[in-house]
Amino acid sequence: MISRLSAISLNTFREAVRDRVLYNLIVFALVLVAGAPLLGQISIDIEQLALINVGLSAISLFSVVIAIFIGIGLVSKEIEKRTLYTILARPVRRWEFIAGKFFGLLMTLVANMALMTAGFYAAMLVYQHHLTGADARLLIAVYFTILELLMVTAITLLFSSFSTPIFSAVFSFSLFAIGTFSEDLRNFAALAHGATKWFSTVAAYAVPNFASLNVISQVAHQQPINGRLILFNTLYALLYSAAVTAGAVLIFERRNLK
Amino acid sequence: MKPKMYAIDIRGLSKDYAIGFFKKQLRPAVKSLSLTVNSGETFGFLGPNGAGKTTTLKMLMGIIFPSAGSATILGQDCMDPTVKQKIGFLPEQPYFYDYLSAPELLDYYAQLSGVSAADRRHRIGDLLARVGLGDVGNKQLRKFSKGMLQRVGIAQAIVHDPEVVFLDEPMSGLDPLGRYEIRELIQGLKDAGKTIFFSTHILADAEALCDRVAVIHKGELRGIGVVNDLRSSMAEKSEVIWQGAGALNSVAKQIVDSHVSGDVVRATVSSQNLDRLLEGLRQQGARLVSVTPLHGTLEEYFLEKTAEGLVRV
Repeated sequence: MISRLSAISLNTFREAVRDRVLYNLIVFALVLVAGAPLLGQISIDIEQLALINVGLSAISLFSVVIAIFIGIGLVSKEIEKRTLYTILARPVRRWEFIAGKFFGLLMTLVANMALMTAGFYAAMLVYQHHLTGADARLLIAVYFTILELLMVTAITLLFSSFSTPIFSAVFSFSLFAIGTFSEDLRNFAALAHGATKWFSTVAAYAVPNFASLNVISQVAHQQPINGRLILFNTLYALLYSAAVTAGAVLIFERRNLK
Repeated sequence: MKPKMYAIDIRGLSKDYAIGFFKKQLRPAVKSLSLTVNSGETFGFLGPNGAGKTTTLKMLMGIIFPSAGSATILGQDCMDPTVKQKIGFLPEQPYFYDYLSAPELLDYYAQLSGVSAADRRHRIGDLLARVGLGDVGNKQLRKFSKGMLQRVGIAQAIVHDPEVVFLDEPMSGLDPLGRYEIRELIQGLKDAGKTIFFSTHILADAEALCDRVAVIHKGELRGIGVVNDLRSSMAEKSEVIWQGAGALNSVAKQIVDSHVSGDVVRATVSSQNLDRLLEGLRQQGARLVSVTPLHGTLEEYFLEKTAEGLVRV
């Protein structure tokens, strides 16, 4: 089982690494990170703040775009091109295929994140001429972006298991947008009454809570991040992505691949 | 007594597809298919395009789920993933990960089939040489010709040394040389004692390679048997040549068709009418030149079985 999972994961990673479009996105993100301090020149002494805010936001946003861009085709492309036929004709369980794809994409995204984070710290070094211990705290925001990617990967995989790439992209981006404003949805649910309250509460807790994973502003302003938030966010991301991936498996297990 | 174990045992396998958006209707693609394939046999699954061959293979591979019926391969349910260690599959017009090289692709598939790293190392090189791709190096599959891809397809189907090999239209779309090469590869598998189940609509290939064939049409099994027996069943005709065109009218009822050249008549006659024809010719005083039994072909059998009216097996 481990051998099959690692084979599928590594092949997914290899496919992403050999895709030239991915490099364009990474280069674009790195250019944006490196150019962030230019935005800071509109006001005195905020270059560092601009670099952190724009840099970390660019890393987060481009990572999500890459996750959705690769994720939407993970299963549907294999069905469309019929490469899945030769996989399922082997002793590979369908859940192993989904899990292998999940870990493969996650591996790709973490590798991208590492590359972009290295570029971000390189830009910090250029503009500040040195790095301090306090700069390491910025890694909490990077860690939360990885948790965000964990959930986005599971969501795109879920949509990819039953939908076309275009619909998967629309669904995934929509859910990402709703999840980013999930705090507003919870506030609305608290104020609503009757059936509206019931529906909005269910929706507020069903959509992914990306809002609590965004701590870029806090780390940029050197505000402390509570250890409990790190723990709860980690557990939340793990459970949410596990539940969504289980949903993808349930759908895929029953699917006739025409 | 222990029942005989077949390499492949298909029992009442059916597949219906729902068509229509609002008002769903069921369209049968395969109708209660039952057949068996013996161990070590090369079995041809014949049928015109859209007959249900690929649907049957997809059910056997667990790619789609049957609406009814069951199938076993080497005594195990075909949906059981463990049996897939013992089978190989080449899909119709295969498409492989084109960003991989042939050795990378085979290594991936071998790993999925549970072949150890040590075995993979020496087996892949040997296999590529065996399918005539020993010199492709690390060229990506996107640069391969159709014939080369088909050979990679055969290689991936046998990289884990399976006992049963399923091939879906292995010669489809290939030029004569490509067809010959693939036929040689299948012959090699046959010589190695593998059970081969291959679907095709190219009858010459089936005739050259298969021990037994089944004919499927519109999702129904129309006929099954040993290739030579099926040919013989179609060979119940003879060609009779005689001198004396004047006798033709009196024996016309016994003849299937005839050609007259001067005073010489060449006629085709069914076996059951042969004696009456010869007797008629003797009575008319015609001079018999020759009587030659005609050999039936698989094509004739195929055409008869795929004719519109259902012919019961």
